Amino acid sequence: MDLGIVRDVTATPDGCEVCLTPTYTGCPATERIERDVREALEELVGAGNVRVRTVLDPPWTTDWISEEGLRKLEDYGIAPPPKRSADKRSLLGIRTPLACPKCRSTDTERIAAFGSTACKALHRCLECREPFEAFKCI
Amino acid sequence: MKWDICDPSVQYLLHLGDDALILGHRLSEWCGHGPVLEEDIALSNIALDLVGLARQYYQLAAERVGGGCTEDDLAYWRSDREFRNHVLVEQPNGDFADTMARQLFFDAFHYLQLEALQNSGDAQVAAIARKALKETTYHAEHSADWVVRLGDGTEESRRRMAAALERFLPFTAELFTPAEVDRVAFERGWGPDVASLKGPWDHLVLEVLQKATLERPEVPHKLLRGKSGIHSESLGFLLAEMQSLPRAYPDATW
Repeated sequence: MDLGIVRDVTATPDGCEVCLTPTYTGCPATERIERDVREALEELVGAGNVRVRTVLDPPWTTDWISEEGLRKLEDYGIAPPPKRSADKRSLLGIRTPLACPKCRSTDTERIAAFGSTACKALHRCLECREPFEAFKCI
Repeated sequence: MKWDICDPSVQYLLHLGDDALILGHRLSEWCGHGPVLEEDIALSNIALDLVGLARQYYQLAAERVGGGCTEDDLAYWRSDREFRNHVLVEQPNGDFADTMARQLFFDAFHYLQLEALQNSGDAQVAAIARKALKETTYHAEHSADWVVRLGDGTEESRRRMAAALERFLPFTAELFTPAEVDRVAFERGWGPDVASLKGPWDHLVLEVLQKATLERPEVPHKLLRGKSGIHSESLGFLLAEMQSLPRAYPDATW
């Protein structure tokens, strides 16, 4: 819910239907998420009664992440994407300096645009010297 | 293959998906062989984006083929003549400079293609393109950075980068030469007139080459027909490897 990937949930005569939208195109967790959603709901409405549908339109962007979601990412140690960056300036090389999730300093730099998963880039804090991951803005 | 894939909208989706799958597969060959750890990760991530994109196009195509056809059927059970990708993307990786030259040429084209596809008359394609465009921006930034770094680097890196441009530039004319699949897509409002992307592409690539202090090589273009199913021998080898498992064990599941 916090990631903004649950678009709709409707009750059907014998269960429910959930509309999910994928995040990053190449995210290998997409199917895992589908399975987890299905399994969690089947506990409630019974096996075989949950339909999971994939919706592509409108496409997901990092703006779909809720305030709560952004906070949870930061608590986990991942710098959240720049807030409501509707102009997507970060894609054009104009980067808002990210705050270090450990010491909150904005004196940080990007080490690599591609990180351990499709959704993260690698940064480092020049203040406390901790490397950290940042959620990529799309 | 046993499915009827002649429908023009299916053909167009296969063309879009095949470019992504074949280039994604080529980049995945770098996994474990990257020159530095960050590059290994970057190339694998870009490969993942491209394979993910191919899956979206194939899922849509499979739905339109109907009769239980799946994305896997389209990826694993077509022969080389049934693939509609550009000959550029199936070319072997070569060295790192070769891979970056091929990537820059494709990324610049892909960016412009997706930008146009955002307004595709095919609503599903437009939705896929709107997200993929942002991911492709990251890819283009990455390949452009490397072309500049290698071109404006040491004598050795510069020599290799120049040779790589010379190797791959002849393959780029096909990107802007409309084939049957492009003409039908343009007529029906699904995709752009690919010839119109040539000007903006030249501009993008030239800008990067100037930063890299490299000249655009003067090389004759190749006459290629990958989009009509006529490929280089490289695709056959690539498919033989990529398709071997499901063909040897058709019932295998993960």
